[in-house]
Formats: sequence, C-alpha cells, structure tokens
Amino acid sequence: MSAVKICDSTAEAVAGIEDGSTILIGGFGLAGMPVQLIDALIEQGATDLTVVSNNAGNGDTGLAALLAKGRVRKVICSFPRQSDSWVFDGLYRAGKIELEVVPQGNLAERMRAAGAGIGAFYCPTAVGTPLAEGKETREIDGRTYVLEFPIKGDVALIGAYRSDRMGNLVYRKTARNFGPVMATAGRTVIAQVTEIVDTGRLDPEVIVTPSIYVDRVVAV
Amino acid sequence: MSLNKHEMAALVARDIEAGSFVNLGIGQPTLVADHLPADAGIVLHTENGMLNMGPAATGDQIDPDLINAGKVPVTELPGSAYFHHADSFAMMRGGHLDVCVLGAFQVSARGDLANWHTGEPDAIPAVGGAMDLAVGAKSVYVMMTLFTKVGTPKLVPDCTYPLTGLGCVNRIYTDLATFVITAGGVVVRETFGISFDELSARLAVPLREAE
Repeated sequence: MSAVKICDSTAEAVAGIEDGSTILIGGFGLAGMPVQLIDALIEQGATDLTVVSNNAGNGDTGLAALLAKGRVRKVICSFPRQSDSWVFDGLYRAGKIELEVVPQGNLAERMRAAGAGIGAFYCPTAVGTPLAEGKETREIDGRTYVLEFPIKGDVALIGAYRSDRMGNLVYRKTARNFGPVMATAGRTVIAQVTEIVDTGRLDPEVIVTPSIYVDRVVAV
Repeated sequence: MSLNKHEMAALVARDIEAGSFVNLGIGQPTLVADHLPADAGIVLHTENGMLNMGPAATGDQIDPDLINAGKVPVTELPGSAYFHHADSFAMMRGGHLDVCVLGAFQVSARGDLANWHTGEPDAIPAVGGAMDLAVGAKSVYVMMTLFTKVGTPKLVPDCTYPLTGLGCVNRIYTDLATFVITAGGVVVRETFGISFDELSARLAVPLREAE
C-alpha cells in the first residue's frame, strides 16, 4: 500500500466508507474507543454496517449513537450487556439488530488470524458450550478444540496515543487493548491519535503498530 | 457461622501461592486482592491488557486509559506491563496464568462451570472473557454463595444453565464450605456453621470428607 495519509479532519479520515462494510472498532469500554472517528462516521452516513467491537455501545454517544441512528445491521462482540447499554438492548429486544456473541479471546484471536493470513485455527475456548454449537471440533493430544475462522474488517477505526508522520503508532496504558490487533485485520486502517509527531521522534523500540498496517491518521 | 464475602475472599487469597500470576474476575472475586500479602510477589493480570495491576485509583490517580476488566479505574505498580488483547488471551490459553477466580451461577460435581448466561429467553447473552479464562488458567477457583436467595443449591450434579466450560473448576469457595473437585468426586475441605451431614443432606451431589 501507499504511504499513510495524514488527514486534516475526522471527516477526511472516514471518507469513502461504503454501505454494507464490516467495521472493526477498537476500545474496551471507553479506553481506546475512537469516539471522534465514530462521530465522523455517523456524519458520513454509511449504513447497513457490521460492527466488530468488544462492547455494543455505552450511554448515548460513540458506538451507541451509531446504533441509535439505525446504521448497524449486526454487532459481533463479546459483551453487549452492560449497565449503560440501553441503546443496544432496545434494538436487540425489538429484533432490529443481529448479534453474534464471541468469547473475548476468540474475538481477538480471530482478528489476529485475519491479520496474519491464517485460514482458521483450533481453539479450546467454548468447547461444550452453546457458543461452540454447530462448529467443527477436533481432538489433539487428548484435548478438544473448536475450529474458529478469521474476522476481517473492510475498515478498522482505532484510537492510539501518538503517531509519527509515517503512521507508526504507540498506545497508552490499557487503551491499547484491541487496537494493535484490529490494525492488522482491517483493509483500510484509520487511527485517531492525540498527537502526530515528526518521523524519527518515536523510539523504534517501542512502536506497537508499525506503519505498514496504517492507512490514515488524524489528530483529535 | 457462615462466611461473608470478605471472609470468602480471604480464604481464596490464603490458597494462592507466592509468585503466582492471577486473574480476578469481575464482581466478588476482585475482593481477593485486598487479602493478598503485599510481599508475596503475586502478579495480577487483567484481560484488557495489563500485568501487575495495582489497587483501584482514587482522586487524581484516575486515568480513563487505565482501567480493569470491570472498567474500574486502577493503578500501576512497579513492574507493570501492557499488551494487546490477543497477547492477553494467549497468556491464558498458553498455560502461563496460574490461577483465575470467577463467580458462578452453578458448578457441577465434575467441575463444569456456568457463569455467563441465565438462559432466560429475554436475557441478552454476554460472555466477555469468562470462557477463555475457564479453559486457560491452570487452576480455576470459583467464589460463590452455596445456595441462591431462594435456597436452590449452586453445586449441582449437572448444570442446567448454559455452560461456560467443561470440567474446568478445581476449587469452590462458598459461604458454607470449601470444596475441591477431584477425579474421585467432590471433597469438602472445611465447613462454616454447618455440619458435613447437613451439607450432604442439602446438596444432591455425593460429598467426601477431607482426610
């Protein structure tokens, strides 16, 4: 891919996202959640989306606001039900949104597999539970595993801490969470950061997401 | 006397070996942290990407980028490390995490765990990291009341709630007794305010007394 695009606005950063896209959205609760990119996506107007994220929105802002606008057809997540997930809860109970619940580690590993070119993998998580029903299993060295398939994104929206002008990313504390994995699994990876620094200012030893994965960066 | 949740947490903490890497589940298991000896070198893991997590943050310490799996603001300790979600769960499944402590709706006599979904038709399923922890940690300890509020046992011959994991629970810490799940069945280690015979009468699970 070509060099990263440093965007002047979040609108520019989310331009061209198509209806029907699968969008990976980083964050665990609000830590690492790319709220300004989601707001821009709401303005941009893409609809019939599949959203992959750990949660299904909190309160009335960010992902919850995207859901409330009716833009999301399906949510793939590990933990939709929270004390402040009333937007998702209402849509789900009204049958207006599809839900695929995935164990949190499988969610991460399925995206890791997508980003690493793995066709599928055998995983011990969920064996014997409703979340493994209908899935292929295999016994390896006396233990049962479930066959899990990658989750790829057309787009990944992630929140990082700093970027340089090449798109190398560093994160901050537990806001790292799904960001580095989603950055590998999205075809177009869009990062919002608090600061864009000159190339060479980030210590190469501490870069978590190398620029090869990143397509657009915007400072918010 | 039966135990309160703090006394149960203290019992769990007593059984965690010095130097262990430990994940404490959301809810009551987080109380275990209050009872771990400061000099035991026990390292807490939180599945949202941190090792050597410190206590809950207060006042100026609160940082929205530093939270635990329950989304509560926490603190760093010297030697903390951050990592992404795929690494965090690889640590569990890869056999690097010594102990996890989880709550439960039900545990079966074979150590099957049900703790993620009531199975009620209008309930919205939400699993989080429970299934990954159940199969990943080397030892899985459950902390729960032994009976529901209406008196139904939570240690059962077979779970009726949707399962989280098969045969994964090693020990159960309850308000009335502690149990070890062994290949030979359920062993009662200690009882609190109830006799072994009374416990046996109230549970449909065959019990053995610890030797």
